[in-house]
Amino acid sequence: MNQLPNKLRPFYDNVAFDRSDNTMIINFGPNHPSSHGQLNLVLELQGEKVIKADPRIGYLHRGIEKMAENMTYNEFLPTTDRLDYIASTSNNYAFALAVEKLLNIEVPRRAQAIRLILIELSRLASHLFWIATHALDVGAMTIMLYAFREREYILDLFESYCGARLTHNSIKIGGVPLDLTDEWIKELTDLMSKIPAQIDLYEGLLSKNRIWRMRLEDVGVLPTNLAKSWSSSGIMLRGSDMQWDLRKERPYELYDEIDFDVPYATTCDSYGRYMCYMEEMRQIVKIIYQGVEIYEKTTPDLIADFGEYISASKEQIMTQNYSLMQHFSLITQGMRPPKGEVYVATESPKGELGFYIVSQGEPYAHKVKVRSPSFYHTGLLTDLLVGENLADVVTIIGSTNIVFGEVDR
Amino acid sequence: MFRKYTPKKNVQKKVAYTDRFYVTPSIEKGIIKDEVILQAIKSLQDLGVEIIEQFCMREQAVVYVNPAQIVMALEILKNKHSYEQLVEMSAIDYLEKRSEFELFYELLSFKTNKRLRIKLCLSQNEHAQSATQIYHSASWAEKECYDMYGIIFDGHENLRRILMPDDWVGHPLLKSYPLQGDEFARWYEVDKLYGKEAREIIGDEIRDAAMIERYDTTRFAKIGKEVPRGAKYSEEEKKIEYTPDRIKFLYDDFSEENQKIIKGRK
Repeated sequence: MNQLPNKLRPFYDNVAFDRSDNTMIINFGPNHPSSHGQLNLVLELQGEKVIKADPRIGYLHRGIEKMAENMTYNEFLPTTDRLDYIASTSNNYAFALAVEKLLNIEVPRRAQAIRLILIELSRLASHLFWIATHALDVGAMTIMLYAFREREYILDLFESYCGARLTHNSIKIGGVPLDLTDEWIKELTDLMSKIPAQIDLYEGLLSKNRIWRMRLEDVGVLPTNLAKSWSSSGIMLRGSDMQWDLRKERPYELYDEIDFDVPYATTCDSYGRYMCYMEEMRQIVKIIYQGVEIYEKTTPDLIADFGEYISASKEQIMTQNYSLMQHFSLITQGMRPPKGEVYVATESPKGELGFYIVSQGEPYAHKVKVRSPSFYHTGLLTDLLVGENLADVVTIIGSTNIVFGEVDR
Repeated sequence: MFRKYTPKKNVQKKVAYTDRFYVTPSIEKGIIKDEVILQAIKSLQDLGVEIIEQFCMREQAVVYVNPAQIVMALEILKNKHSYEQLVEMSAIDYLEKRSEFELFYELLSFKTNKRLRIKLCLSQNEHAQSATQIYHSASWAEKECYDMYGIIFDGHENLRRILMPDDWVGHPLLKSYPLQGDEFARWYEVDKLYGKEAREIIGDEIRDAAMIERYDTTRFAKIGKEVPRGAKYSEEEKKIEYTPDRIKFLYDDFSEENQKIIKGRK
């Protein structure tokens, strides 16, 4: 008995309210506190078991790719903040890196070191946010209070660096806008010295907690083949017995000089993913210390010297006539990259964040495709939720770490 | 008098000024030198996939194949050359210049750590072939591609809109679709919530959130010169005070002597 769409019940295609069998169809979301945004999950239940799941997205669609085609490259950079708004610096970074690849320019070493510190900090903030909300979903409220406290310190650091706490826009195409101060570095190292103890605290509360383990172990088991085929990346892939991290496989910033380990789990379940997150946070602290060491040995150049595409430093613009002219035309018209296309992938906190840019030699990109990890992780729910209990659905959504700014774009 | 002609195939923002003597540079198309990728291309050719063009751009291999053989090509690449992941798939709109779309499939091999971009050209009303039987992720990528460009994928089980509402008209990422939305988009919410008959009462949706109509007294008043709804616009300027005198007693005294400045968090 298929419904005919009318004004009051517009479109429930594929959902037939057929009562002859024993299944029940429920709508999870779009307004549900545990759906981490606006996710409408149509679940077909047989008793407590999910037999079919249909994630429906689009409630946060703002047409960011469309906007990208109507903006110059530098105008679009702050818009990328709105993709994964938990770790906006990593979006800025991924876009800036893609444009730099298109232009084929080299970023000064100091800018690279600052970028490294910033993207790792935003990764830490994202992971802290994840453990806070995920634990809250499962029922451990204390963790949320602790993890948000630490995240707050990181947001303070971002605030004193770029002025914003959520939408940072802290990376420029060709470099970074500002240098770090000695005070900032001191605050950063102070914070980093405190973080490992805090991670131990979270682990002490959760890792051996009986309820936590019962809720997470053998829940949301994602076989390696399915993970690969659903284009999953980041911790979703590493949690499924796959040693794959773009920072190691294709080092893009200073990652080839940095000594760090990439955790992976063989259990393929939510608990394994949780352990990966915890270990990755410890590694971030290690990376940031090394980033600071590299930073201190560099000369103070912040922006690539490439006047054709990128405005020169403020000092140059104020003293050199030609730099001022170039800066004027870059600001009023925007840069015109050569005709061509690139796809650049980075390891964002959620997984592989890539930008595919097609340029036709105009100040506006012909096509910008945001390859967001969360989009495919949401699609993955179709196969991941089948066979699970209704009570575990929230846990599984939590452990996929999806952010709807990125899913819907 | 004739109406002025405006191009309909591309209504996106155009560059205001281009120097007369400006020659648009192109990124050089190199030859693919990577042995592993060359081997994969050769095996594609051996098994009967027609390769139209192959080049290397910014160290990234791009291969154009015959659109009819895309499923075959992907199958070979997945099964024989361990390209196990379809990282991304979407289309590029070239309808204005060439009346065709370009589809790209970004593939990744974990075993060899290589990426390969398979591309194909698809004319305007042609159907594409679905890759859902090979890669799970193609299912959502193709849905999005259909939603944004209107390209139909033969063999997709559940091809429907994913980001836009089910009853939406038009495909937003086409170059012929305006940034602010078309006539349908303008009335979508009013029609859906209140019906067409309410159009005149409610009015169309203002899609420019920052727009303020100068003499509009029904929805947005002129800033600083607000008047009650429906009243006539007045020239008299009203000063906006955030803490007017009459409610000052509700607030603490924020004068400087009473402020305590805290240096950082504990």
